[in-house]
Amino acid sequence: MAAISTPAAPGTFRYQLASFWSDFSASRGALVGLIFIVLILLVALFAPWVAPHDPAMQDRSALLVPPVWHAEGSWDYLLGTDAVGRDILSRLIYGARYSLSISAMVVIISMGAGIFLGLLAGYFRGWIETVITRVMDVVLAFPSLLLALGLVAILSPGLTSAMIAIAMVQLPYFVRLTRAAVIGEKSREYVIASRLSGAGHLRLMFNTLLPNCMAPLIVQATLSFSTAILDIAALGFLGMGVQPPTPEWGAMLANAREFMGSAYWAVTFPGLIILLTVLMINLMGDGLRDALDPKMKRS
Amino acid sequence: MFKFFLVKLAQLVPTFIGVTIVAFAFIRLLPGDPILLMAGERGISAERYAELKAQMGFDRSLVAQYFDFLKGLLHGDLGNSLVTHSPVMDEFMSRFPATLELSLFALAFAVIIGLPAGVLAAVKRGKTLDHTVMGVSLTGYSMPIFWWGLLLIMLFSSTLGWTPVSGRISFLYFIDSVTGFMTIDSLIAGDWGAFLSALHHLVLPAIVLGTIPLAVIARQTRSSMLEVLGEDYVRTARAKGLSNFRVIMVHTLRNALISVVTVIGLQVGLLLAGAILTETIFSWPGIGKWMIDAISRRDYPSVQGGLVLIAFIVMIVNLLVDIAYGVINPRIRH
Repeated sequence: MAAISTPAAPGTFRYQLASFWSDFSASRGALVGLIFIVLILLVALFAPWVAPHDPAMQDRSALLVPPVWHAEGSWDYLLGTDAVGRDILSRLIYGARYSLSISAMVVIISMGAGIFLGLLAGYFRGWIETVITRVMDVVLAFPSLLLALGLVAILSPGLTSAMIAIAMVQLPYFVRLTRAAVIGEKSREYVIASRLSGAGHLRLMFNTLLPNCMAPLIVQATLSFSTAILDIAALGFLGMGVQPPTPEWGAMLANAREFMGSAYWAVTFPGLIILLTVLMINLMGDGLRDALDPKMKRS
Repeated sequence: MFKFFLVKLAQLVPTFIGVTIVAFAFIRLLPGDPILLMAGERGISAERYAELKAQMGFDRSLVAQYFDFLKGLLHGDLGNSLVTHSPVMDEFMSRFPATLELSLFALAFAVIIGLPAGVLAAVKRGKTLDHTVMGVSLTGYSMPIFWWGLLLIMLFSSTLGWTPVSGRISFLYFIDSVTGFMTIDSLIAGDWGAFLSALHHLVLPAIVLGTIPLAVIARQTRSSMLEVLGEDYVRTARAKGLSNFRVIMVHTLRNALISVVTVIGLQVGLLLAGAILTETIFSWPGIGKWMIDAISRRDYPSVQGGLVLIAFIVMIVNLLVDIAYGVINPRIRH
């Protein structure tokens, strides 16, 4: 046990981790965000055990039942039911699976491709850089949601095409950040030393440069994650994303829209969970930025 | 300054060409034969197919087709809508003022509230007011605006009956279109009732569309105010014995505004993306709703033309922001 209680020596990975954690946990908002995200991940992961009902089960005797705190509410359906008698709480729980996993895939795709293109552009410069940055400028010239809609129209509406479309519109941010970070690091001594000791292009790019460019990318990844949740929900809301009857949060909102006047709960809860999830991720992102960005660090 | 402008303009050319290639590729990348898609369920005879193919130029090489497209574009010809058969350019132009009017009101709402909120938060750094402003703006920043719009409709239109649910103006009024802005046109016509009705219809959509820009502006104002407040010349101003108000309004805000103006300008892309959702919720007859309708009706020439025009507007506005940035911050013009 003694090994754990001794403070780690400066420069070691454990020391960096401890210093990161003390900066990150200094922000109460970041901690709240982290706890919420962990909870919702667990709920999504264990959805079949957590959800009180099957998300697709239609109870014809319980259409548009209000939440439990209403006089007509029922303990069977805590947050009420939708127009075909499906339990809203269970649908939200299963919906977390879709929103979180699609958004995670979006971040993985756009971050992976963005880092690769950004490294190429920043490391080799020259015409490769010009081509990559120009293409990214073109992507940025379109409003993100519009481009995503156009791409979905080409790929035909659905889960996979929504994922690809949103990853595509997120791509330029990763490319730009990686490129800028690589250009900043490239002329530093440790990189030159590594090159002089015979490291090849690939080793320099991925082993030497990339780990030192990760901080802004991690912050961007959280931002991208929350934007992806919003965009997926927006596409679902417009009928161009995940298709019904899949319990995706945006699609649930779109379905509930016509009952806005009579069943506020069917509209309120899906939106509320989107807002909360995005807000918590952003809170966590702010904490991460403060902890990782040396310029923001309290000295 | 003129050279700075020319350089910025020249940098736009490759991006513009890229945008036209993307829009051109759009119809060609769609799964299936575009002519069969356009013909729809009814099918099409072989002669008519060949006729249409020649008419649309699909029988020629891709490069020739692209240059035709570019030539049409430079002459303001984007083809005809498959649904209404009228020119895409006219369709776009007739709806653009509605979106512009909505966006300007949304931006005004965002600036009028966001800017003072950011300044106050910076001045009261660490106090409750700061935390409140930052908390609210982070919430606004995280807002799914389509849901926000539905909530506001449920509260203000359905429950309280204060605001109309959709459209730009009450059906009672017929206003001649001069500028395309309902608020201005009704004033030109001298019809106060119509003017109030137009404003009434604008309130909710403008709030919904302005929410995220408001949050961004408040956050940016706060952080650039804090940055400038730490500068030496601000300390000097304080040491000279200037009043706190003067230090903040004259010495700090003016310099902090440089980055805020840029951020405000960069909201245009965001506004146009948000307009798609806002206009859908409020049945606002602008280009956002038009694009959504065009996509769902598979009206490909409209989608293609809309993509080019919207990207073009975003690029022009970004150019103007760059130039404005160069004007107010001489350090950037090298």
